[in-house]
Amino acid sequence: MFFDHLVLGATGEFLNIGDILATLVIFILLMLLLKKFAWGPLMGIMQQREDLIKSEIETAENSRLESHKLLEEQRSLLKDARTQAQEIVENAKKQGEVSREEIITTARAESGRMKDAAVQEIANERDKAISAVREEVVALSLLAATKVLEKEISEEDNRQLINETIAKAGEVQ
Amino acid sequence: MDHGAPMLEVFGIWFNLSNVMMLLVAALIVFLIAFIATRNLQLKPTGMQNFMEWIMDFVKGIINSNMDWRDGGRFHVLGITLIMFIFVSNMLGLPFAIVVNGDLWWKSPTADPTVAMTLAAMVLILSHYYGVKLKGLKGYSAGYIKPMPFLFPLKVIEEFANTLTLGLRLYGNIYAGEILLTLLAGLASASIFGFAAGILPMMLWQGFSIFIGAIQAFIFVMLTMVYLSHKVADDH
Repeated sequence: MFFDHLVLGATGEFLNIGDILATLVIFILLMLLLKKFAWGPLMGIMQQREDLIKSEIETAENSRLESHKLLEEQRSLLKDARTQAQEIVENAKKQGEVSREEIITTARAESGRMKDAAVQEIANERDKAISAVREEVVALSLLAATKVLEKEISEEDNRQLINETIAKAGEVQ
Repeated sequence: MDHGAPMLEVFGIWFNLSNVMMLLVAALIVFLIAFIATRNLQLKPTGMQNFMEWIMDFVKGIINSNMDWRDGGRFHVLGITLIMFIFVSNMLGLPFAIVVNGDLWWKSPTADPTVAMTLAAMVLILSHYYGVKLKGLKGYSAGYIKPMPFLFPLKVIEEFANTLTLGLRLYGNIYAGEILLTLLAGLASASIFGFAAGILPMMLWQGFSIFIGAIQAFIFVMLTMVYLSHKVADDH
């Protein structure tokens, strides 16, 4: 018949056990060889890549946490430093204030003292000058009186007299 | 087109030498492709390695769509080998057929019912083997009376029907493709007019056969995983 070859198993009156064996052996052999030479290494490399990616992700996560921690640390350090700087400036300001007050007080005291000393000095000098003048005046008066009056008077009496006169004159002045 | 087959008897066992040769050719091609593609493996894949990894991921996707990877991971190698072997086998018969002394030598090995049925039976036997191995004889037997005990006869029939349909679907598709290619080739080689009339449908049918071959390889692996998961997975 024309369609005889389309019938299943039409190639012979028998079962091709040889073909079955050949198919099985060839396929299983192929599978084992490929597993050893192709799929095994390929799966290995894919697994390796998977592991690598996993570990890379882990590392990235870790370093992210690390950097976050460091950032926090730096931030707190910066904050501390800022507070400290503020404190230092504050302290310096206070110190400066105190020094200023001190210096002013000292200067004021010094100048007061100097003024007092000067006043004292001036007073002393004036007294000294007055007594010197007074002395001079007595001597001059005595000389003048002696000359003017030409009178014999003991020097002792004269001096007393003149002193009285001058004292009176000073009172009048 | 009514070709015979080069039969050989060894110790009372009959071999179709054409099948044996074509199986070897297909296996050799698959092995060479896979072997060459996986030389010089790198973490950053290039060229052929990309292609092989794509196939692996593709089969992995097929398995994952049927069962848990914990159960299905062991079938990864089987799946990749099957899909490549069947695809290459399907392609082999497309470019030409070689007939020597009335015997058909060069064809798709999967265009032979014995080969296709052997692959299908192997898959089904594997599914029973792993069913017993992973779920125990008790769990495996319980699968036949689920969900209802009276479905038992149907379950038994299903096993044979699965084997038959799995193998014959592959065989039928590829064999039909080759028959039509042979007819078209006969038309094209008959006369100059036949050539003019036959060349366009020939090209169309070859293109379509490539598509069919790829689809059948995919379907075969897909169904393999479905049957395996029926036996292996706890629930689905």
